[in-house]
Amino acid sequence: MIPAPFEYARPRTVEEAVSLLVHHGEGAKLLAGGHSLLPLMKLRVAAPSLLVDIGRLVDLRYVRDAGDHVAVGALVRHHDLETSPLLEREAPLLRYAAGFVGDPQVRHRGTIGGSLAHADPAADLPGVVVALEATMVVYGPRGERLIPARDFFRSTFESALAPDEVLVEVRVPKVGGRRWAFQKFNRRSIDWAIVGVAAVEADGGASVALVNMGPIPLRALETEAALRRGASQAEAAALADRGTEPSSDLNASAEYRRHLARVLVRRALEQVRR
Amino acid sequence: MRIELTVNGRHEAAEVEPRLLLVHLLRERLGLTGTNVGCDSTSCGACTVLLDGQSVKSCTVLAVQADGAEVTTIEGLSGAGGGLHPLQAAFQRHHALQCGYCTPGMVMAAVSLLAEHPHPTEEEVRRGLEGNLCRCTGYQGIVDAILEVARTTGGAER
Ligand SMILES: Cc1cc2nc3c(=O)[nH]c(=O)nc-3n(C[C@H](O)[C@H](O)[C@H](O)COP(=O)(O)OP(=O)(O)OC[C@H]3O[C@@H](n4cnc5c(N)ncnc54)[C@H](O)[C@@H]3O)c2cc1C
Ligand code: FES
Ligand code: FES
Repeated sequence: MIPAPFEYARPRTVEEAVSLLVHHGEGAKLLAGGHSLLPLMKLRVAAPSLLVDIGRLVDLRYVRDAGDHVAVGALVRHHDLETSPLLEREAPLLRYAAGFVGDPQVRHRGTIGGSLAHADPAADLPGVVVALEATMVVYGPRGERLIPARDFFRSTFESALAPDEVLVEVRVPKVGGRRWAFQKFNRRSIDWAIVGVAAVEADGGASVALVNMGPIPLRALETEAALRRGASQAEAAALADRGTEPSSDLNASAEYRRHLARVLVRRALEQVRR
Repeated sequence: MRIELTVNGRHEAAEVEPRLLLVHLLRERLGLTGTNVGCDSTSCGACTVLLDGQSVKSCTVLAVQADGAEVTTIEGLSGAGGGLHPLQAAFQRHHALQCGYCTPGMVMAAVSLLAEHPHPTEEEVRRGLEGNLCRCTGYQGIVDAILEVARTTGGAER
């Protein structure tokens, strides 16, 4: 399988990348690790006329202590996340979850920025940044803007990014002391989650995000509210699929996904609140 | 577009179309047919090579993305004398292959795994091979071979 022909540009700065996107218009696509885009191009589901390869912008490949948050550059690869001592200390949920993305070869190439921008409802990291209430830093022709994770995901494969904007950084609040859990259910180890759960201890309860229970990562709001009211873990977990809209596909029916969400949230809560 | 890279220690330059995949550059332009294509869809790991020392699936990397990089394929593993790499020898001893189709990718994944985890547990070896499928062996011989090399060489050797 060979992609349709395209032009290729390798900007040296984010500004240059943005100006290429602006000048080329809709046919241009950013290329980071290529592990979502290239498979689609090989299937010719995607056929951009210009690839803007930001894969070498090493300036966007850092995990840095920024006071109240950890700043993660968009080109940080899953493998970098997985092995970051700073994340292990300050946001271990992100470090741990990154280790469940695909397989080692995928983690050597795929980036956090690509994973979030791609906005696949079955992807792991979107759920994690929603649970952690991270903030996206986006750069475009109108300058920089900040987007909270909960507003970043719009629909299946659709984020709040304009076609001429680049996700440059993810700001992850420090949650080092808090308990957390990541649950991912799939049939084969390298697959995407049939359902996943990312949870972090929060004041009076927990912040609980669901993967693949709708077109975007969702918070289990009724579970969270029940915990704040003092409900037991089992009672709270039984509400986990309220307000979700899971799809049915080859892997699972919507009803089975609802069941999985309740079970996985209970397991996650048992880890978060002993 | 003109690219330059180092493949198995040799400097190579090539004029390529941007859509050329790394695996096709290796097999068709450089004649290095040790790297196999299995699924052609990032699942089976048969096409695994090292890109700057880390395992990648070369069916899902553009040749232009490897511009300036160092690539190692199965052909580049043996030492100057041409003998087998310790992992290749261990695969042979442990019957870690039958048809051999997955083997080049499996060995390259193992090299990367041992570079990252010189002393892996059996569980870490199994997780480290999640990106590589073998239809023949049932994996046990492969896992045994890698664990033996980790024990006897400290793993870091490449
Ligand atoms: C076999 C396999 C298994 C996988 N399993 C999983 C899994 O279990 N869980 C999971 O979560 N993911 C999985 N993935 C997806 C993987 O995580 C991808 O690496 C990731 O989704 C995309 O990151 P990338 O850097 O490769 O992005 P690319 O493929 O380069 O880009 C993806 C999209 O995002 C855009 N983009 C990239 N970077 C930016 C940026 N900085 N700003 C704006 N737009 C950008 C691109 O234009 C493109 O549209 C798997 C992939 C494969 C091939
Ligand atoms: S051929 Fe590349 S992963 Fe199967
Ligand atoms: S030896 Fe045949 S696929 Fe592994």
